[in-house]
Amino acid sequence: MRDFYGVTLATPMMLGTARYPSPAVMEKAFRESGASVVTVSLRRERGAGQAFWDIVRGLGIHLLPNTAGCHSAREAITTAQMAREYFQTDWIKLEVIGHADSLQPDPFGLLEAAEVLCADGFKVFPYTTEDQVLAAKLIDAGCRVLMPWGAPIGSGMGLNNIHGLRSLRAAFPDVAMVIDAGLGLPSHAAQAMELGFDAILLNTAVAEAGDPAEMARAFALAAQAGALAAVSGPMGQRDMAVPSTPVIGKAWL
Amino acid sequence: MADVTIIGAGVAGLWAAYACLKRGLRPRIIDRAGTPGPHGCSWWAGGMLAADCEGAICEPQVITHGRNATALWQEVTRVTSRGTLVLAPSRDGVELDRFAARTCGHTGCDSAKITALEPDLGGLHRRGLFFAQEAHLNPRQALSDLTQKLLSSGILVETGTVTPDDIEGPVIDCRGMAAERDLSGLRGVRGEMVVLRSDEIVLTRPIRLLHPRHPLYVVPREGGLFMLGATQIETASRGPIRARSVLELLSTAYALDPRFAEAEVIEMGADLRPAFCDHVPRVIRRGRVLYLNGLFRHGFLMAPTLAEQAAECLLTGKTGDLIHEN
Repeated sequence: MRDFYGVTLATPMMLGTARYPSPAVMEKAFRESGASVVTVSLRRERGAGQAFWDIVRGLGIHLLPNTAGCHSAREAITTAQMAREYFQTDWIKLEVIGHADSLQPDPFGLLEAAEVLCADGFKVFPYTTEDQVLAAKLIDAGCRVLMPWGAPIGSGMGLNNIHGLRSLRAAFPDVAMVIDAGLGLPSHAAQAMELGFDAILLNTAVAEAGDPAEMARAFALAAQAGALAAVSGPMGQRDMAVPSTPVIGKAWL
Repeated sequence: MADVTIIGAGVAGLWAAYACLKRGLRPRIIDRAGTPGPHGCSWWAGGMLAADCEGAICEPQVITHGRNATALWQEVTRVTSRGTLVLAPSRDGVELDRFAARTCGHTGCDSAKITALEPDLGGLHRRGLFFAQEAHLNPRQALSDLTQKLLSSGILVETGTVTPDDIEGPVIDCRGMAAERDLSGLRGVRGEMVVLRSDEIVLTRPIRLLHPRHPLYVVPREGGLFMLGATQIETASRGPIRARSVLELLSTAYALDPRFAEAEVIEMGADLRPAFCDHVPRVIRRGRVLYLNGLFRHGFLMAPTLAEQAAECLLTGKTGDLIHEN
């Protein structure tokens, strides 16, 4: 089983803290999902009151600060350094946004920031596309985890490029990979896990559901089902029907 | 000699004093800065009495009690009962469907209905939702009217920095964030607002523009003024409005009606709203002290009911559903 910088996660769920109707609803969603990682935005939530942090810390799971909202390598590096100091962890989910509308990663800024941060001792979780060239360079820079997108952040479209994600998974079999962003339905989570990814990270699909706690549970079950399928040797697809019961020797009516 | 001392003269404290007066209790009301002003978060409120719309993101208690707010406010100030119009940019129609699914008390609007409701928005928006039962008021006028109402019974807002420990006898503590140390779980949620003036635009009711990233509400006030709000930031830091928020509020207002580009910027402000973790306000009874707090973004929506429950509890011991024992 692939680990995350030496850490084995109890469940393949990572959940964000934004957009819930209230912290009470957020806390319930985390409990129901059994998420093992909580990701928090330094730029947006650094100033949050003690009461909010008491809830987040009270979850008792791994804290993964992110650089959400950063549009340049320099901004992301500074934010990561502040996050390390503030949250007392060297884990950082590195986001360098390249396009304001699609919130697509900026591959050049991402690589630049990843090189600096890995050299500085950070354990970098880069939010990236399914591009294999970029993935190879991020791994060269020192990243031991990749977080390819499923679809644009908050879009709920699921896995937009199955072929690309499958190739990425196959190309770097030793690197832990998390499908981050774009998941809208539990079936997307199951599909991601069936493809052999190691975890999923989501926020909007749970936070903005009519019942976030129940949706969180649905995602957790789906991710678990997909993970189980991935290690259970899925059958191959064929172009012809194969009867599950032999026809030869049966009485013809 | 006062029957009860109220600390804090924001919307909660003033309503608590008024609710006590109505029941024949003589209150004394003390605020660290005197009569309502920019020092309290009530000053920066939108003044929407929009229980149905808020239902999209809040607990059922807020909807149920919030629906009584209009009738209660009519006892003390002018309330405009013209409903709320909810719109979405055309590419965000899915937001409108989601909002409709999560709320009650609305009817769907097409372009013609939107034009009939708000002629100035005619032709700019194709789909919307109309919440006919909602209302709005001018928060600063309402605070002033409440203050006057108390004054007419000889109750003057005194200036002084006190805590319940400094006071003898029954206390209703309405200090908001200043009571943070006494109330575990209370936290500040930042809200920011901009006031614009435009002679070109006429709106007669609050408009909400749904957007996945930058939702906006616009509340019309007298004299061509429009209050823009909606930011909700999980932070305990005060200080002036952030440039990002100004950008977002103004660009969304521009999307609502491009004529806002020519409006004058009259005022900008920001403050922290006290909230409990479930965003439901409550009265916490601790001995002789009733802590009335956690009104979040529902100060004007929830203060009347919360204050009525606190006053009733003080007088008869009856505990309404918003009263919590310590």
